Amino acid sequence: MNKTETTIKLETDSKLVQEYQYGFVTEVATDELPKGLNEDIVRAISKKKNEPDWMTDWRLKAFRRWKAMREPRWAKVTYPEIDYQGIRYYSAPKSAAAGAAEADPELIKTFERLGIPLQERDRLAGVAVDAVFDSVSVATTHREMLAEKGIIFCSMSEAIQHHPELVKKYLGTVVPAGDNYFAALNAAVFSDGSFCYIPKGVRCPVELSTYFRINARDTGQFERTLIVAEEGAYVSYIEGCTAPMRDTNQLHAAVVELVALDHAQIKYSTVQNWYAGDEKGQGGIYNFVTKRGHCRGAHSKISWTQVEVGAAITWKYPSVVLEGDHAVGEFYSVAFTNNRMQADTGTKMIHIGANTKSTIISKGISAGESANSYRGLVQILPSALNARNHTCCDSMLIGDKCSANTYPVIEAETSTAITEHEATTSKISEEQLFYVQSRGIDEESATSLIVNGFCKDVFKELPLEFSVEAIKLLELKLEHSVG
Amino acid sequence: MSEQLPFFEIRNLHAKVEDKPILKGVNLVINPGETHALMGPNGSGKSTLSNVIMGHPSYEVTGGEILFQGRNIIEMEPDERARAGIFLAFQYPVAIPGISVAKFLKSAADARFGQGAIKASEFIKEMRENLKFLEMNEAFLNRFLNDGFSGGEKKRMEILQMLTLKPSLAVMDETDSGLDIDALRIVSKGVNRMVGPNFGLLVITHYERILTHIKPDHMHVLIDGQIAMSGGPELVKEVEKNGYDWIRARFGKEVLV
Repeated sequence: MNKTETTIKLETDSKLVQEYQYGFVTEVATDELPKGLNEDIVRAISKKKNEPDWMTDWRLKAFRRWKAMREPRWAKVTYPEIDYQGIRYYSAPKSAAAGAAEADPELIKTFERLGIPLQERDRLAGVAVDAVFDSVSVATTHREMLAEKGIIFCSMSEAIQHHPELVKKYLGTVVPAGDNYFAALNAAVFSDGSFCYIPKGVRCPVELSTYFRINARDTGQFERTLIVAEEGAYVSYIEGCTAPMRDTNQLHAAVVELVALDHAQIKYSTVQNWYAGDEKGQGGIYNFVTKRGHCRGAHSKISWTQVEVGAAITWKYPSVVLEGDHAVGEFYSVAFTNNRMQADTGTKMIHIGANTKSTIISKGISAGESANSYRGLVQILPSALNARNHTCCDSMLIGDKCSANTYPVIEAETSTAITEHEATTSKISEEQLFYVQSRGIDEESATSLIVNGFCKDVFKELPLEFSVEAIKLLELKLEHSVG
Repeated sequence: MSEQLPFFEIRNLHAKVEDKPILKGVNLVINPGETHALMGPNGSGKSTLSNVIMGHPSYEVTGGEILFQGRNIIEMEPDERARAGIFLAFQYPVAIPGISVAKFLKSAADARFGQGAIKASEFIKEMRENLKFLEMNEAFLNRFLNDGFSGGEKKRMEILQMLTLKPSLAVMDETDSGLDIDALRIVSKGVNRMVGPNFGLLVITHYERILTHIKPDHMHVLIDGQIAMSGGPELVKEVEKNGYDWIRARFGKEVLV
């Protein structure tokens, strides 16, 4: 069997250089549907998941909407036409079963290699994990402890089986099935994802986390995550993702919906490290994702923090609809692109309620021949009296073959609104590098120190241990981007 | 390392920036334990010299050598020079937003002395002592490096870094400019703490003032990219009194001869 091991190269200066260390492939027997997409495939996915009719119908409606839609081309990214009939929409390890105790040892090993222990004895303290492998969730930890508090944390498939009333009530209410091309595709074929429900007044005692792994070749991953925080509830949710190194592109079209009722708070953090393709831009994940939060209740708060360091193409705008009065929306983003990577990412803050507040802090770092764009919309409707927005978008260029673009739009329809926008673009300064180097710190470490400082405002928003990981990851990504 | 080899010697150094020759044959020897002052009119090449000693990438060395502890350092990266024991106190220290003074000092010390060579507890203790000595508030450690610092704070931060990194050769590039009397006293106090038999110092300045605090053993005047005159501390007074024109005139004649 051909197992691709982690690529470790020894350079002449004998420094250990780790390339994309998550690029290995797990050999497991899979249960797959044939490639291609039509109503039969949609039905087959639904059937595999033993879904009720209302769910199958919801999928089919979405599929019909999708067929009538066109792929968006307004983003500043270029890629060859995607052959949607050449993608496999369902691939699951045969052994996949709910509950870590029953999970395949191969899969447990895979997640261990990724630093995500799933077995109860060595599970991560303080973090409950849902592990998604290709199309299905393979294990969810800490369930019983959470259940005692009335918190539901399970795979989306299980939620449809065991909590249909909640799924029916909230699914598609933030990102409707026909919201956009990729969201419609997701609604039709999504195979799994995480479901979190925090009941009224409960503060979730651990971080909830989903780890997404794409393994199979030519397979798309279409997960769907739904997080509901009832009145006064609080949850911090973490998402991580990796994929093997393959020379063909793979599609990841996810949807994430967040609902926050009165005084509820949801903090959603992502470290996205999909395989980004090689130096020439061969292979890598197309990360076309729709993420949106709905501050439905008064004084509710939703924060998105994302560290995007992978994927060949990123098309992603985690947004917040601020409907409840005094609601707060936040978006903190670090997007790093290198080689031929392309990122078009940003946010939308839609102010509907009075006294709503939003903060946007975006840090884009481009190296190599990559293109990195920030695209943002701050919309303040007439009802949003005294709404406030503060936006700060900074771009840093490393080298002279990369590019950074900023497309901010502010639409204020009430004169009581206050919006502030700051933007800077700078080349990593030779003077800064020289200064840091003159204290004995080598060029690569100096660059990473300066970039870390540049991203500080975003990193400090991440849960502590996750922040340490993110900094390490960025340092790893910065190697070889200098010079 | 041979005893014969000079501690620090600049030999016939030529350098240019953006095709403009600035240094045109500088010669200078500094022995351990010596403090040298370098003065000169604006545009004579003083800052270029300090940048070239530290290895700034914008300056191209077109001839000559800089020997430090027996090695020609011209091809060395700035960080290699720093780790070897050279320090430059910048005229205009740049800000590194998002990086705290404490983190920066620790990173620099780890680079210079080796990762983990200094225990964190010892390092913090030393930091506190140095801060106290330089009459700086401990809150400085949590501020971002040079970000929003006043001119005086930046210069004190340079000296704090020097005390942390314990170089064997330091170049001070107009560290005194823009300092009030108190700040000048504190900065000088910090530098004098370094001065000793194993430390060489080059103080680049426009003013005699700092040299009343940091006493030079030798004084050089740089004019048009060359050392036009060298002497003892008495030369400082002469320059302060009479300016550079007489040196320029005499130097010009010597060149003509």
